[in-house]
Amino acid sequence: MNSLAVEVAGLVMRYGDTTAVDGLSLTVETGTVTAVLGPNGAGKTTTVETCEGYRRPQAGTVRVLGLDPVRDAARLRPRVGVMLQSGGAWSAAYPHEMLRYVSRLYADPLDVDSLIERLGLGGVGRTPYRRLSGGQQQRLALATALVGRPELVFLDEPTAGLDPQARRSTWELVDELRASGVTVVLTTHFMDEAERLADWVHVIDHGRLIASGSPKHLTSEGAENTIRLSAPAGIDTAGLVTALPAGSQVVEQSPGVYLVSGTVDPALLQGVTAWFATQGVLLDAIAVRRRTLEDVFLDLTGRELRS
Amino acid sequence: MSLDFEPRPGAAPVPRMVLAQTVMETRLLMRNGEQLLLALVIPLLLLVAGTEATRIVDLGPGRPIDIVTPGVLALAILSSSFTSLAIATGFERRYGVIKRLGSTPLPRWGLLVGKIGSVLLVQAAQLVILVLVALWLGWEPDGGAAAYAWMVVLALLGTAAFAALALLLAGTLRAEATLAVANLVYVLLLVGGAVLVPLSRYPDAAQTFLSVLPTGALSEGMRTVFEGSAPPVSSIVVLVVWAGVAAAATARTFKWE
Repeated sequence: MNSLAVEVAGLVMRYGDTTAVDGLSLTVETGTVTAVLGPNGAGKTTTVETCEGYRRPQAGTVRVLGLDPVRDAARLRPRVGVMLQSGGAWSAAYPHEMLRYVSRLYADPLDVDSLIERLGLGGVGRTPYRRLSGGQQQRLALATALVGRPELVFLDEPTAGLDPQARRSTWELVDELRASGVTVVLTTHFMDEAERLADWVHVIDHGRLIASGSPKHLTSEGAENTIRLSAPAGIDTAGLVTALPAGSQVVEQSPGVYLVSGTVDPALLQGVTAWFATQGVLLDAIAVRRRTLEDVFLDLTGRELRS
Repeated sequence: MSLDFEPRPGAAPVPRMVLAQTVMETRLLMRNGEQLLLALVIPLLLLVAGTEATRIVDLGPGRPIDIVTPGVLALAILSSSFTSLAIATGFERRYGVIKRLGSTPLPRWGLLVGKIGSVLLVQAAQLVILVLVALWLGWEPDGGAAAYAWMVVLALLGTAAFAALALLLAGTLRAEATLAVANLVYVLLLVGGAVLVPLSRYPDAAQTFLSVLPTGALSEGMRTVFEGSAPPVSSIVVLVVWAGVAAAATARTFKWE
């Protein structure tokens, strides 16, 4: 059995003069949760929709479960669940009715009532789709992606517009999917979401893959973790450095705020507090700061706002 | 409350999918007040008004109800297979429903069969209700059972032509434009499309043009069969040609997204 659920190689997609996807290659391992992370307009949706068979690759190849999403669409559709970024339901349909209808297109669907309850849509009853909140519409879209018991699901920004509780509940659902052996591909521009959920992260920008790895790998690679502390302004930073393990650095970032970098471990932390004790100076605050995926993301994609 | 998400993928049998689609489309159609107005309320009003019609327009010799009823049946077919279908399909495209269904196991032809199936279900209800009300109002059709059988044949041909035109419209224009055009066409054909007023009451110059419109062909066919004859070959040919040309154009131009 092929261990790759998705293989994208040299994908190019253009709209008029705009190149949305520019020679992108990435893979998704079967049974994992993989996040495709990138700023708006990075080419995430175009890539995912090409995998879903909505668009034909202009160059390069796409294989999903070993099949061509356009040519083998009829064989793939029963096996792949799709959650679009928006829309996808009749405006007058009731959530329960919509989900029951979609479930009838599959051989062995999930129990509609249980799924409705699990996604917190039990209370909406006879509210037509158009009057649901954005978050409720998102959850219905997620339910319709799952109801056919797919082996692979594509979730395009599954938590956009959700409140924090609903977001956490969706995260738990993704964990359950992984535990049940469903391969999950999700796009997001929430760093914490990718870090929390994904086994593997592909960072894309301007239609290109710019980094790839497990969240742990991405956050530790070339990362200088820091200890950040607040104390009176103007302490003897040179004196502090000599008291710390070799290779450590201390800078006064702004008056009274110091950053200690180096191999951040308990010994370093102890060295810092011991030195302050010998000086008889009380620290106002001290915190160990890990590099987050957000730092990685901003380092890679730049910190300026995109228009 | 734990759900078992363990994959068990598979498509339902095609007849079950098409049935599900037909049922869903019918439910949504019946829920839409505006479409019900077009499908039943307006035809019923015209039927009642038709009994008094000679005071307003000269329908020609014969009892007004006998002249108006076949036209009202044709109008009912126009409303469900053209106007309603075009509007519903236009908004389905707009809201990404058709796109979303494109990633389910339901084949595209199954989607179309489901749509046509729901139109035919609604139409069957329309025709039964309108025929019963017309008979109650004193309609005296000729031709017996054969006339009703021809009515069904004409309804199917008319539906093929109108539905293909509806999908041509909905598959190329934006949803709002489809809404406007579909309603406008309905009103124009109602007033001047030889639907209610028999073709023979129009000026000679207009008759040729109107007789090749699908509405003119359908109405004339309906009138002829309820006078006890087989429908004119010209009616059948006109409907078949419209259906063929519009279906070919739709197949080339329809955008699913």
